[in-house]
Amino acid sequence: MVTRRRFLTATAGMATVAAAPMIACRRESGTPLPPGTLAGSDAALGHRLREGGIPEPAETRRTPVLIVGGGIGGLSAAWQLQRAGLPDFILLELEAAPGGNARWGENAVSAYPLGAHYLPLPTAEATDVRALLADLGALKGDPQAARPEYDETWLCHAPHERVYLDGFWEEGLLPKLGASRGERAEFARFHDAMAEFKVARDLFGRRAFALPVVASSRDARWRALDGITMADWLIGHDYRSPRLHAYVDYACRDDYGTDYRQTSAWAGIHYFACRNGEAANAASDTVLTAPEGNGWIVRRLAARMESQIRYGAAVFRLAQDRAGVSADVWLEAERRSVRYRAEQLIWAAPLFLLPKLATGLPPAVAAVCAAGTYAPWLVANLTLREPPAPGAGAPLAWDNVLFDAPGLGYVMATHQQLRLAPGPTVMTYYRALADRPPAEARQLLLDTSREAWAAAILDELSRAHRELPQLTARLDVYRHGHAMIRPLPGVVGDEARAALARGWGRVRFAHADLSGLSLFEEANYRGVAAARAALTALGRA
Amino acid sequence: MAEAVAAPTAAGRQLPLLISIFLVAACGLAYELIAGALASYLLGDSVTQFSTVIGAYLFAMGIGSWLSRHVRRDLIGTFVRIEIAVGALGGFTAAALFLAFAAHAGPFRILLYAAVLVVGVLVGLEIPLVMRILRREVAFSDLVARVLSFDYLGALAVSLLFPLLLAPHLGLVRSGLLFGLVNALVALWGLHIFRLELAGRRLLQGAAFAAVALLGAGFAGAGHLTTLAEGWLYADDIIHAETTPYQRIVVTRWRDDIRLFLNQNLQFSSTDEYRYHEALVHPGLATLPGARRVLVLGGGDGLAVREILKYPQIEAVTLVDLDPAMTGLFSRAPLLRQLNGDALHSPKLTVVNADAGRWLEENSEYYDFIVADFPDPTAYAIGKLYSTAFYRLVDKHLAAHGRLVVQTTSPFYARRSFWTVAATLEAAGLRTAAYHALVPSFGEWGFILAGHDDYAPPMRYEVPLRFLTAAMTPALFQFPADMARIDMEPNRLNDQSLVRTFEQEWRHVQHQ
Repeated sequence: MVTRRRFLTATAGMATVAAAPMIACRRESGTPLPPGTLAGSDAALGHRLREGGIPEPAETRRTPVLIVGGGIGGLSAAWQLQRAGLPDFILLELEAAPGGNARWGENAVSAYPLGAHYLPLPTAEATDVRALLADLGALKGDPQAARPEYDETWLCHAPHERVYLDGFWEEGLLPKLGASRGERAEFARFHDAMAEFKVARDLFGRRAFALPVVASSRDARWRALDGITMADWLIGHDYRSPRLHAYVDYACRDDYGTDYRQTSAWAGIHYFACRNGEAANAASDTVLTAPEGNGWIVRRLAARMESQIRYGAAVFRLAQDRAGVSADVWLEAERRSVRYRAEQLIWAAPLFLLPKLATGLPPAVAAVCAAGTYAPWLVANLTLREPPAPGAGAPLAWDNVLFDAPGLGYVMATHQQLRLAPGPTVMTYYRALADRPPAEARQLLLDTSREAWAAAILDELSRAHRELPQLTARLDVYRHGHAMIRPLPGVVGDEARAALARGWGRVRFAHADLSGLSLFEEANYRGVAAARAALTALGRA
Repeated sequence: MAEAVAAPTAAGRQLPLLISIFLVAACGLAYELIAGALASYLLGDSVTQFSTVIGAYLFAMGIGSWLSRHVRRDLIGTFVRIEIAVGALGGFTAAALFLAFAAHAGPFRILLYAAVLVVGVLVGLEIPLVMRILRREVAFSDLVARVLSFDYLGALAVSLLFPLLLAPHLGLVRSGLLFGLVNALVALWGLHIFRLELAGRRLLQGAAFAAVALLGAGFAGAGHLTTLAEGWLYADDIIHAETTPYQRIVVTRWRDDIRLFLNQNLQFSSTDEYRYHEALVHPGLATLPGARRVLVLGGGDGLAVREILKYPQIEAVTLVDLDPAMTGLFSRAPLLRQLNGDALHSPKLTVVNADAGRWLEENSEYYDFIVADFPDPTAYAIGKLYSTAFYRLVDKHLAAHGRLVVQTTSPFYARRSFWTVAATLEAAGLRTAAYHALVPSFGEWGFILAGHDDYAPPMRYEVPLRFLTAAMTPALFQFPADMARIDMEPNRLNDQSLVRTFEQEWRHVQHQ
C-alpha cells in the first residue's frame, strides 16, 4: 500500500493556497496556544517511497491470502477468514497502528478517537456487523434478532447530542428555538418525508435505502435521486428554511465530508433513511461508542491477529499471473523489501492507490479507481483540565454541535465514564474540509501549521465556551488527506464501480470505496464479502 | 454669595426642569423593568410576569395622574416629596422583594403588585406636577411637546441601558438602588432651584439627604443582601457554609435542630435523622449476622456509619464520598462529631474521597453489605449512580450472600422514580425488597434492598434503636395504594429516564 502522503505531496504546489487567510490567527486573548502535535499518515515512509530508490525484494514469502490495508475493510476480511477456519493470512498496514479511519490515540487522561467515533445500531440487513458485534461481546443473544440486547458499556449515555445557536444549547441537532412557524412546518414535513423513505420498499421487499447499499432497491424512482444533488432535491421539494438547509448540509458534511450542494440526493437521503436498527434495551437512534470512538472494535480485532499484521508495510508493486498474485512490499521494521506471493489478495486500501502500483490492471477497473474523489478531514483532540462550563440550555452531551460553524462540533471522550466529579477530559473536534475542491482543501490541510489550526479551532469553539483557551492543556491535530470517498451524483449508482465486487483475477476488493459511501457498515460488508470470495476461490468456502 | 440668593430666571428654570423630567422618566421606566425582570427571575414565565407587571404599573400611573389634580397648593413642595418617596420606595423595591421572597414573608405576588402599584401611583404623579410647574412659564402647546419628548427620551435611554449595561453588570438590586439615588438627587436639585419659593425647606432637605444616604448605603452593602437572603432562605442560623468543587454545603442550627443542606436540598435534620439512618441500615444489616465488611457509598456525614458500627462483629467499614470537605467537616466540627458519634474517627473506618463509580471500577474487594446513600437523581451526572450499569458494577463487589441498600427518594412524592429504581436493580439481575419509613422532615421516604437471595425482615434487632422495632419492620415493606408499585422501565445510561421522571415529579410537588 503506497502511502497516502505520496499522493498528497504529488499535488503539492499545484494548488495555490488562496484559502490560508481564512484561518489567520484572530485570537486577541493573551492566552498562549497550548502545545501539541501535528500527525497524519506516516510522513517519513511516504517520503521514502516518493523519492524512489526502494530496493528490490530480496526474499519471497508465501501466504494463502494477503490482505492489504488494516482499516475496517481489511480487519473485517481477516475476521471472516478466522471465522471460516483459515487463520493463515498476512495483513499489511502502511501505518504504525491499525484502524484507518477508525484509528485512535491515548494519553494519561483518556483514549480518544482520531477518526470515526460511533456506530449506529446495525440495520436488519447489516448481518455481518451484527455478527461482529456479537463476536466482540457487545451484542447479546441472537445477533439477527429484530431487537437484540446490546452491552450498555457501548451504548451512548444520555444526553446524546445538543446544538448551539445564538448563545443557547438545545437538545438534538436541528435548533428549533426561535424558528418561525413556517420553518417548523418544514422541519416536520422533512422529518415525515424521511420517515417515509425509511420504510419504503419495492415489489421485491427491498428497502429503498438499505445499509449496506447493495441490499437497497434498484427501482428507478429512487435510483434517479442519484442523478441530482441533495441541495437540488431540497429546493425541488420546496424546502426553503435556511436552518433545514444548514442541518442537511451538516449531515452530508458529517457523514460524507461533502457539501450538500455536491452530495448525491440518494446519498443524502440515505443518511436519514437507512438506519432502522433497534435494540431491546435502547431507543433506535442510540449509537454504539467508546472513548476511542470505533477504535474499540479495531483494538479487539487487531489483538486477535497481532502476529499476522505487518505495520509500516508499503506495497509498491502488485502483479498477478496464472499461478498467483505477488505484492512487492517495503517493510519498515526490517528496513528491506520482500515479495509476498499469495493465492488470493484482498485489496482493502483506498481504490485510488491501486492504479499507481498495479501492473496489468484492466482499463475499466483503473478508470473506476481513478474516478473517485476524496474528502480531506481534520480531527483535533483537545485535552482539557476540566470539562467546559455547560452553558445556557441543554447540558453537556456526548456530541456537541455549533450550528453555524465551519467544524462539525466535538464529542467528549470521557462521556461513557461512570464519573460524577468533573475531572480532566478530552474533547475531539471534527472538521471536514468540504468548502473547496478536494485537491485545494488537501493542500490547505498540508500547508497549514498546527498552530494556525489550533488558533482557528479555539476561536471557533470559544464562541460557545469562552474559557476554552484557558482550559486546554494540549491540542493535537490529526490530518486525514483522503478520509472519505465523496458520493457525488452518479458515484453510488455507478455500475462499473459495482462491478468491482467481482474482483480482478485473484484480487478481491474490500473497501467502502466500492459502495461510494465511507461508512463502517459498508467497509465491513465489503471486507467480509471479499473474504468469502477468496475462500470460495480457494475451495474453502 | 449675592447671586445665589437671586431667583433664577424663568428660562433658567426651564432647562433644569426638562432635565429632571428626563431623569424622572428614566427612573419610572427603570422601576417597571426591574419589577418585571425580578418577577420573571423569581417566578419564571417571563412573558406573563412582564405583561402583568407592566399592565399594573401603567394602570397605577394612570391613578397617579388622576390624583395629581387634587394637588392644589405647594406644587413644588409636593413634587420634591414625591421624588424623595419614589427614590426611597422604588429604589428599595427590588431589594425588599428579593428578601421577602427568600424569607417567605407573606404571599410574594401580592407584595410584588402592591409595590408596583405604590411606585406606579407616585411615578404617575410626577409628570403632571412638573407640567403644572412649568405651565407658569411656558405656553401650553409648547409645554406638552417638550415635556413629552423629554419623557420619551428618558424612557428610551433606560430601555437601552437596562438590558445592555445595568442588569448584567449591576444586577437588579443595585440597579434599583441606583435609580432611587437619581430620584433623591432630583429632589435635592429641585430644592436648590426653588429654594426661594419653598416653605419648610430645611425639613425636606433633611429628608432628601437621608434618602440619599440610605440608598447609598444600600448600594454599597448590596453584596451582603444575598448573604442575608440566603440566611433567610434557610430560616435558621447558618453555622457552616462552604462551596466546594462539587457542591455548596450549608449547615444550619436552630435550638437543637442541626440541618445539612447540599445545593440547598435538605439532607438531614438532627431531630429525625435517626429515623432515616436506622431505616437505611438496619432492615438489611440485621439480617446479615455474618457480615464483617461494609461499604458506604456517599454518606460523608458519617451517620450511616454510626448505625453500622453498632454491630460489634463488623470489622471494617469503607466510606467512599466524593467530597473531602464533607468527610472533613463531619470529622472535625464538635457538634457534627457529636451527631455521628465520632463515627468518622473509628479505627474500623477507612475514608476514601473518590468518585464512587470510578472507585468501584478500580477496586475488587467484596463487601457483605453495601449502602448507596447518594443525593437524589437531580442531574445526569448523579443519575448515572442509579443506573443498570452502576448496579451491575456494585453487584461485582457484593459478597455471595451480601446485600445492597439504596436510598431511593420518596415513594409518595416521586412514586414513578421510586419504582424506576426498583426496576433498574432488577434489570441489573438483583432481587429487590422495597420499603418505606416516615421521616417527618422529609415526608414518606423510600429504600430498596437488593441481593441474590430472598429477603425476610429480621426477627429481632440486637442493637439499640430509637425508631425501628422488629414488630413493625414487616409493615414497612407493605405499600399503601397511593405508593403501590407501578410498572416502570429501568433507568439505563443511554436514556437516563430517571432524571427526567424525577424532575417532573418533584416539579409537580413544588408547584403544589
